[in-house]
Amino acid sequence: MIPLSWYLILAAALFCVGLYGVLARKNAVAILMGIELMLNAVNINLVAFWRYLTPNVPSGQMFAIIVFTVAAAEAAVGLALIISIYRRRNTVVAEEIDLMKW
Amino acid sequence: MQLDPRLVWLIPVPPLLSFFLIVLFTNRSKAFSHAVAIVSILSSLGLSLAVFFQTLTVEHFGEGETIIQHAVDWLPFGSAAVGTKPLQMGVLVDPLTAVTLFFVSIACALIFIYSVGYSNFGKPRDPHDTPGNPPHNGVEPLYSRFFAFLSLFAFGMLLLVVADNLLLLFVGWEIMGLCSYLLIGFWYARKYENPNQITPRQAAVKAFMTTRVGDVIMMLGIVYLYNLTGTLSFREILYNEEVLHMLATTPSYIVGLSAAGLIGLLLFAGAVGKSAQFPLHVWLPDAMEGPTPVSAMIHAATMVSAGVYAMIRMYPVLSAGFDGHTPTVAMNAMAFIGAFTALFAATIAVAQRDVKKVLAYSTISQLGYMIAALGIGGYIAAAFHLVTHAFFKALLFLGSGSVIHGVEHGAHHSHEKGGHADPPLLDPQDMFNMGGLAKKMPVTYWTFVIGGFALSGFPLVTAGFWSKDEILADAFAHNQIVFWTLAAAAFLTAFYTMRQICLTFLGQPRTKAAEHASESDPIFEPMKFALLVLAFFAITAGWVGIPEHFPGLGGLLPNWFHEFVGGTLLEHPETLEFNFFPLATSIVVALGGLFLGWLVYRDVPAGAADPLEAPLGPLYVALKNKYGFDEAYATLFVRPMTWLSEVVVSAWVDRGLIDGTLHLIGRTALRIGHAFRNYFDAPVVNGFGDLVGEGTKWFGRRFRVIQTGNVQQYLVVVMVIVLVVGVVLTLPGLGR
Repeated sequence: MIPLSWYLILAAALFCVGLYGVLARKNAVAILMGIELMLNAVNINLVAFWRYLTPNVPSGQMFAIIVFTVAAAEAAVGLALIISIYRRRNTVVAEEIDLMKW
Repeated sequence: MQLDPRLVWLIPVPPLLSFFLIVLFTNRSKAFSHAVAIVSILSSLGLSLAVFFQTLTVEHFGEGETIIQHAVDWLPFGSAAVGTKPLQMGVLVDPLTAVTLFFVSIACALIFIYSVGYSNFGKPRDPHDTPGNPPHNGVEPLYSRFFAFLSLFAFGMLLLVVADNLLLLFVGWEIMGLCSYLLIGFWYARKYENPNQITPRQAAVKAFMTTRVGDVIMMLGIVYLYNLTGTLSFREILYNEEVLHMLATTPSYIVGLSAAGLIGLLLFAGAVGKSAQFPLHVWLPDAMEGPTPVSAMIHAATMVSAGVYAMIRMYPVLSAGFDGHTPTVAMNAMAFIGAFTALFAATIAVAQRDVKKVLAYSTISQLGYMIAALGIGGYIAAAFHLVTHAFFKALLFLGSGSVIHGVEHGAHHSHEKGGHADPPLLDPQDMFNMGGLAKKMPVTYWTFVIGGFALSGFPLVTAGFWSKDEILADAFAHNQIVFWTLAAAAFLTAFYTMRQICLTFLGQPRTKAAEHASESDPIFEPMKFALLVLAFFAITAGWVGIPEHFPGLGGLLPNWFHEFVGGTLLEHPETLEFNFFPLATSIVVALGGLFLGWLVYRDVPAGAADPLEAPLGPLYVALKNKYGFDEAYATLFVRPMTWLSEVVVSAWVDRGLIDGTLHLIGRTALRIGHAFRNYFDAPVVNGFGDLVGEGTKWFGRRFRVIQTGNVQQYLVVVMVIVLVVGVVLTLPGLGR
């Protein structure tokens, strides 16, 4: 059986990829994609911990499902916002979307 | 059939109802208002007459228990120590009341009717008229209010007459004082060119203040009487030998004066104010500033009679200790002041030009007669003169109102025709602007002549003769000085009456207004009615009191008045022996005065001075200025009072002391407030609030730079913080 640490390493790697995408990409759509990666990395963690540590309590699965839901909602809202911004300002570059400053 | 005594309560009620009805409901409608007022006074008149005729059927009415009386407990006063009952309020009809009710209610009813015409009812409102000014040629703007005041006045008078105790009498007395004020000042907005001429407003205040002097003293008398006897009921004081004897023998606070004497003097002071006796007579002539017929007539026939009525009522107290020979102190005072006033006012009346002022002074003079008659023990004579005087003086005043109206009418008439011969501000009350009105206003003329002859005491025919003769006969029998004073006054009375008749009605018209005067306007109809009724009484009222021993006429009619009113007293006053001398004097002075007056004034040409002015010289000026009483009072009382109120009370006490104290309190509070503001509120409370706000702003300015708007920078910050927190939490020895 594959030990738990592998899953954790995979999840950490995935999370870092996502984090890098969020922090380093210019395209807002790519940033969204990075966020999805981070969320899914967390999901892997949740499922792995459930399976290895408390297989009789389904709370890990529950959390994973909630995170899916949040991710889906976030993607929907995020994409809608990006489309809206694009229509108005004709850009999807995150650095240029900086109206909300002092 | 015996009348229910409770009915007497109802006599004063209708006018009171009428007052409230008019004030509250009908004041918009002139016709309704006068209908309400007239119906109310006619119901009072009906009740009064019913009571009066009822009393006539009772044998020896007034003696013993044969009076109409009804009383209720009013206040639970009274003390067991003196054995007094609770204070009772009630009504009482004895012969004096019955007679007074008779003339008061008739006079009041006639005033009401007369006022309808005098206030120009039925004419459209003149657009120039303003409320508070006399109407020019339209209906009185404050018509309803006028009838409301009249009703209240009638209530006061009737209440006073039917009262069975001094307190209720005093209540009616004061209500009339108020109405007098309201009616004298009825034309409150009226102003004159001459700043020295008294305006209605000032006259009202003057009348109110002057009578107040008497009223306060009278109140003292009432309180003293109550204090001594524990009751104010007429029956319990006046018809009780023991009480009267007690009053006559108890010494008062003043050495040498019995309690009865002091009470008498105090009560008499009230009558001096109300009945305008010297030295409080000054208000009555100025009361003529009120609407002519009504206020003047009130101040001649009814209200001023209240003073004399009260004196007649209280006569047993005034004369307590009087044995028929030596008069009491109060009686002496009355005899002296009454006789003096009679002569004094008559002399002033001789030199007056205003038709109403002459009558006003003659009223003062005639009231002096009555007071003097009481002072010498002529109880019946005073009551008799009170009745006859009410009728003929009412007649004269209403007649003068008609004259004034006629002349005003003539002034308008000549104005409309474009006649500008008269000065624009012609005084319609100045007798020297009249003359020759006999042909223009025959009804007014003949009734005025009847009234005037009654006032002068024209022998045999007129009422005034019989009553005045009785007073003179009494005076002759008891006090020669009073007799000669009154005789001289009677002569002057006849003289100025004839002067007035001649100047007003005889000769040639002296102005265009007098030439065009007329009494044909429909508004004169109610006025003529009132005049004719009063003229009837001015003649016949005297026939009820012809002395029994009078040569020729005596005994034809029984001396009913003497018998009837005499029943009011505990003992019937004795009938005087007939004496020819006072009768002859009375006839001589009356006819002589009338003849002399006719001789001097029968034909005064236009623009001429008073024919008396030259021969009398400075005396005439003194008379014309009323001996300077107004000026003297102004110097003696009014100006010191003004000084007292303006300087002492207003400047020192009010503005200095009271305002000073209040200002001090105010300033102290202000200083404390300042201290709180400067040393606590501003630095502490405000400072803290400002610090919070300013601090927040300062931090905001400092830290806003991190708000770049770039979402990825935020995330970097988040990540750094998460890392730091994570490291901190996972470092051994820190998190766990």
